[in-house]
Amino acid sequence: MAIVEVNDISYSYTGEMSVTPALSGVSLSVEKGAFVAVIGHNGSGKSTFARHINALFLPVSGKVLINGMDTQDEAKVWDIRKCAGMVFQNPDNQLVATIVEEDVAFGPENIGVPSEEIRARVDEALQQVNMIEFKERAPHMLSGGQKQRVAIAGVLAMRPDIIVFDEPTAMLDPEGRAEVLETIRKLNGEGKTILLITHYMEEALLADTVVVMTGGRITKTGTPREVFADEQALKDAGLSAPPHIELYHRLKAKGVELGECPLTIEELVEEICRLS
Amino acid sequence: MIKNVSFGQYFPGNSVIHRLDPRMKLVLVIAVIVLIFMMDTFIGNLVVFGFIVFVVILSRVNVRFVLRGLKPLWFIILLTFVLNTFFYSGGRELFSWWIFRVSEEGLTSAVRLAVRLIYLITATTMLTLTTSPIALTDGIESLMKPLKAVRFPVHELAMMMTIAMRFIPTLIEETDKIMKAQTARGAEFDSGSVFKRAAGMVPLLVPLFVSAFRRADELAFAMESRCYHGGEGRTRMKVMHMHWRDGAAAAVVAGLIVFAAFGY
Repeated sequence: MAIVEVNDISYSYTGEMSVTPALSGVSLSVEKGAFVAVIGHNGSGKSTFARHINALFLPVSGKVLINGMDTQDEAKVWDIRKCAGMVFQNPDNQLVATIVEEDVAFGPENIGVPSEEIRARVDEALQQVNMIEFKERAPHMLSGGQKQRVAIAGVLAMRPDIIVFDEPTAMLDPEGRAEVLETIRKLNGEGKTILLITHYMEEALLADTVVVMTGGRITKTGTPREVFADEQALKDAGLSAPPHIELYHRLKAKGVELGECPLTIEELVEEICRLS
Repeated sequence: MIKNVSFGQYFPGNSVIHRLDPRMKLVLVIAVIVLIFMMDTFIGNLVVFGFIVFVVILSRVNVRFVLRGLKPLWFIILLTFVLNTFFYSGGRELFSWWIFRVSEEGLTSAVRLAVRLIYLITATTMLTLTTSPIALTDGIESLMKPLKAVRFPVHELAMMMTIAMRFIPTLIEETDKIMKAQTARGAEFDSGSVFKRAAGMVPLLVPLFVSAFRRADELAFAMESRCYHGGEGRTRMKVMHMHWRDGAAAAVVAGLIVFAAFGY
């Protein structure tokens, strides 16, 4: 069975006066070890969706099963959060402690891991994100990318199977973004199931499945090549493809005989060189 | 500018004093404060002075940092000194001029009080210089544990202290940013009367509060995601242990208190 099973969920934000629907009829299943990117415009419901994965939000209708556990089941909430970790957008607002290693220890401490094992887990997690030499620093002395890697280590120390990244690079400079993406790829290589919520199309290219969300619904699912080949689906979602894919579409529209949609600039170059 | 505010005054190190159990250090600082008030004689004061110098040397903390702790309180020390010198009633008069009258007793009591203040400040500064804020919070939490019996939220209080310390630099940075943004739009923070300046704080405080609430909201989500559900069933990475050095330190302080109790 798939590790994440989202079955026809709906969710709305209830204000004092109004009910704003945020998700309607969303279904998705993610296999263990997969790398899924969820892209969408602001307000497409992608972050709301992400928060259903670790039971921060509960669907109004439908079901979310994480490793077979229903998020509606209150007794399972902590097991679900142990299994599905979450990294948020703002690195400053998710670090709790004044020292890096203390922060990484926060999760395992909460789930009652014995002291010696916490020590081992913290060192291992910091090693995995390449931050071990910063373990005694104060978080506010670190760069955005470094802070975000500490946040990832904090999740890793709980040994989750799934990590949900909710726009983890949105507040980072290009260097920080590269660091974080590199870490995400590495973790996926080590067998973690990754759910990356992003509005950067380039990041979606790294995934093996791309899910496009528009107005609280999933409007397209496929490999990056399939999704980016579908110019109309992207346009309907209010998204624009990365420049090299955009160029491919325009050339094709002008009647240039090009093969399948390229993912990298190199592929596009090769495709164009084949013309002559 | 305000970014340079040093936060806490922990002086990282690995000395015996640094490695003392924070709980023991907290208790001993209180004991030393009692000791300072017990020591009344010249010899007693000399002993306390010797003890403090001994601790500073053991801790290998730069003396400049210790003295820096006294800086903000110079004025108070000076004021107590002056008040005691000139307004001590009675005693053998040394000299007098206009309303001022300096007596021998007045002078001794002034010196004694000033020296006591300096000792008190140095002793507490040594605590914060050699104990990281986190160890200090852990120590306080552990010492206050008995209060749990009367349903006092010890763990929550410690958690709040930790989070507050974590966010002080973040909020200072944010204040700086907002100040610059508002200055760019013509706000004035450092001119005009007191009232005008106070009114000028509004465009600074409102965005700061709004953002602090937003941060708190996000932090709550992040903490819940990491399975935080209060102190129940929580373990700690660093477990505090008492060592022989804690016993030795306690013995030294206890010895001094006995010494003081016998009237030296």
